[in-house]
Amino acid sequence: MPDTQTSNTSANAPVTGTPHVKRGMAEMLKGGVIMDVVTAEQAKIAEDAGAVAVMALERVPSDIRAQGGVSRMSDPDMIDSIMDVVSIPVMAKARIGHFVEAQILQSLGVDYVDESEVLTPADYAHHIDKWAFTVPFVCGATNLGEALRRITEGAAMIRSKGEAGTGDVSNATTHMRGIRTEIRRLQSLPTDELYVAAKELQAPYELVKEIAETGKLPVVLFTAGGIATPADAAMMMQLGAEGVFVGSGIFKSDNPAQRAAAIVKATTFHDDPETLAKVSRGLGEAMVGINAGTLSQSDRLAERGW
Amino acid sequence: MTAPVIGVLALQGDVREHTAALAAAGAHARPIRRPTELETVDGLIIPGGESTTISKLTDLFELREPIDKRIADGMPVYGSCAGMIMLASEVLDGRADQRGFAGIEMTVRRNAFGRQVASFEAPVNLDGIDGGPLHALFIRAPWVEHVGRGVEVLGTVTEGPAAGRIVAVRQENLLATAFHPELTGDRRLHAYFADLVRAAI
Repeated sequence: MPDTQTSNTSANAPVTGTPHVKRGMAEMLKGGVIMDVVTAEQAKIAEDAGAVAVMALERVPSDIRAQGGVSRMSDPDMIDSIMDVVSIPVMAKARIGHFVEAQILQSLGVDYVDESEVLTPADYAHHIDKWAFTVPFVCGATNLGEALRRITEGAAMIRSKGEAGTGDVSNATTHMRGIRTEIRRLQSLPTDELYVAAKELQAPYELVKEIAETGKLPVVLFTAGGIATPADAAMMMQLGAEGVFVGSGIFKSDNPAQRAAAIVKATTFHDDPETLAKVSRGLGEAMVGINAGTLSQSDRLAERGW
Repeated sequence: MTAPVIGVLALQGDVREHTAALAAAGAHARPIRRPTELETVDGLIIPGGESTTISKLTDLFELREPIDKRIADGMPVYGSCAGMIMLASEVLDGRADQRGFAGIEMTVRRNAFGRQVASFEAPVNLDGIDGGPLHALFIRAPWVEHVGRGVEVLGTVTEGPAAGRIVAVRQENLLATAFHPELTGDRRLHAYFADLVRAAI
């Protein structure tokens, strides 16, 4: 595996791990669905259904909720077994701040690391310095300031956090609307007010200024957390998500293969109600779900990360 | 000179980047998801993305036959990365059910350079494109292992472990690159393709 900083004297030598190739990888996932899988069989079902990538993890968020305890990076054997059976990109989760789990995942050759609030945080002050890695990172965010702090630390992709493992899409909606609203607000500010905006967002001025000018994050923005139906996925796309992570929503439902394929189709045709109606038929029961509003403070995963 | 209308297959992938690059290169760009939309364009780009997903959605939304037919009628098509795979007559390391269009006579190896940690950027010289090498981004990219008689090799990797690998080809009105000019802000390749479309109208 080549080093991040290839110490080659030639200007023509290939360079790996650049911001361009890390962010570019996420660009290739746009309009697609990334599915949580816990076994090689599930990974195969996801790929068959048209997933653009799979997220390999030991327990889906709804089981993490049900079973409790400390939740960590998956066993490398399990990740290897998934990389062996699918040809699409494989992502895996590291705990917030757990840079050694991330080093291990990079050495396994995973295609993206999710520094994820779904696992138990390993550091309550610091996130991983993601610039130090060749592998790209995706991080969750509940608002624009959080997204910008993660990008400043080197995240090459952002996803709304939602409330994972609930099947309740309301938090994902709130986070996606919030991020988009804050971006629109920045666009409306005169230049001299961007300094205070940057202070309030706790984000670097240069990044805030860039977003005020372009009207978008400098990295791809996906949605995650509580997406359980084709309509959920399509709504998040209409709200401005560039793609969808589905966690417990597929393999905790009655008919995973059919539901997975339906969510893929709904993501592409997110603005076409007739197609959405067609793909929503006969899917059987969605995951049972938990009303996110009933969760106690300590059960709210979205509040992990800062 | 009239601006050609060029579609970007918008099932999945970096559609917006291609659309923006086409507009900057003087073409009218529009996303294509339905057979009826295909009828309105003079040329087509198959974007970067996940080739297995794009292949599956192409079948599900009944675009394969109309696109094959337009290609047979001479419509220019350009594919980048996943788009190159979709234009290859033979794919190695793909899924068994993965199918491309009746496109370029070549054998392409999927994810040939390795996984994402091996993705890289490097300059590539292209025949027919003036003004020095293109800065090329290779993201889990394919390469071309073999080309048929009528296929012109436009560019290869110049240095490193994969030096000499074919990464840009053309066969008549069909163009394919293993890398992503749409992500770099260099519009020369899109201008080259727009000229190709203009000439074919």
